[in-house]
Amino acid sequence: MKLYEVFIRSRRGLDHKHTGSLHAENPQQALEYARDIYTRRSEGISIWVVNSSDIVASQESDCESFYDPHDDKPYRHAAHYQLPDEVNNM
Amino acid sequence: MIDKQQLKEFVLRLGDDSLVLGHRLSQWSSNGPFLEEDLALTNVALDYVGRARMFYGYTAEIAADGSTEDSYAYNRDCRDFTNLLIHELPRGDFAFTMARQYLVDEFNLAYMERLKLSRDKTLAAIAEKAYKEDLYHLRRSTSWILRLGDGTTESHDRLQNAIDDLWGYTTELFEMDELDQEMSKANVGVDVASLQPEWIRQVTATLSKATLTVPADDWVVTGGRKGIHTEALGHMLSDMQFLQRAYPGQQW
Repeated sequence: MKLYEVFIRSRRGLDHKHTGSLHAENPQQALEYARDIYTRRSEGISIWVVNSSDIVASQESDCESFYDPHDDKPYRHAAHYQLPDEVNNM
Repeated sequence: MIDKQQLKEFVLRLGDDSLVLGHRLSQWSSNGPFLEEDLALTNVALDYVGRARMFYGYTAEIAADGSTEDSYAYNRDCRDFTNLLIHELPRGDFAFTMARQYLVDEFNLAYMERLKLSRDKTLAAIAEKAYKEDLYHLRRSTSWILRLGDGTTESHDRLQNAIDDLWGYTTELFEMDELDQEMSKANVGVDVASLQPEWIRQVTATLSKATLTVPADDWVVTGGRKGIHTEALGHMLSDMQFLQRAYPGQQW
């Protein structure tokens, strides 16, 4: 059986978040199993399933070239902005 | 006009159907063919046990004699159970479990759709919830019928054998005894006999699509509503009721 990654949106306005993975015969079955395994305590209102093999992932060896160059560019961070309370879920 | 005793007996039947099938399904818990299916099947089992609790709870409320949902589940013997026989048959192999589930799901969905219109508000509310669950159950069991029936030679043969072994128990789903007729006339229960043609049509369509043969109607077993059961129910109850029998009144 194929491996699928499961993404769940917990409520309207939020993003789908990766919650786990599961095995299934086809995408439809993966969706049903995702419902049974990851939403039985009302965790979600929308499910995405994706073939794990379709995900292109960065590698440990990419770290140096990918992320280290950002270390000395603090002016890119929004760390000093005050977020109004009305803005939820950022 | 239906009286309290009739309503109680009617609701108790529905509770017995749900509990016995729920318990049979729960026997797959931790023994499923693979983890994902194990969890999915256990979810369905829980839906039925939950349904049994609602029906038994309502039965106790009507009886108003100090009985509780537990007394109906644990303190009655075989002959007091009035479930349809198809629910009590041992779980068998996975093909048998899914074959029974599919045949029963097709029936239950149509049944609950009608029961939602019951004049009895409590039954209508339970049916409202059960109908939604059954929509999902049927979606699952139908896809298993197609997958196994149109799968390998072995999965096809196992499923065909299961359908053959179950077929004679399906007639009972549509039997109307005096109580059923009274309840249906009072718009509290469901005219199950009227559901049969559509059920046959749906089941035939699915089985054909799954390359399976609809068995001939050459044998029929009934008796569940009268408390006449197969030998399987007693064994199931001795297991299910063990704790309450050995330690009466024991609680979690």
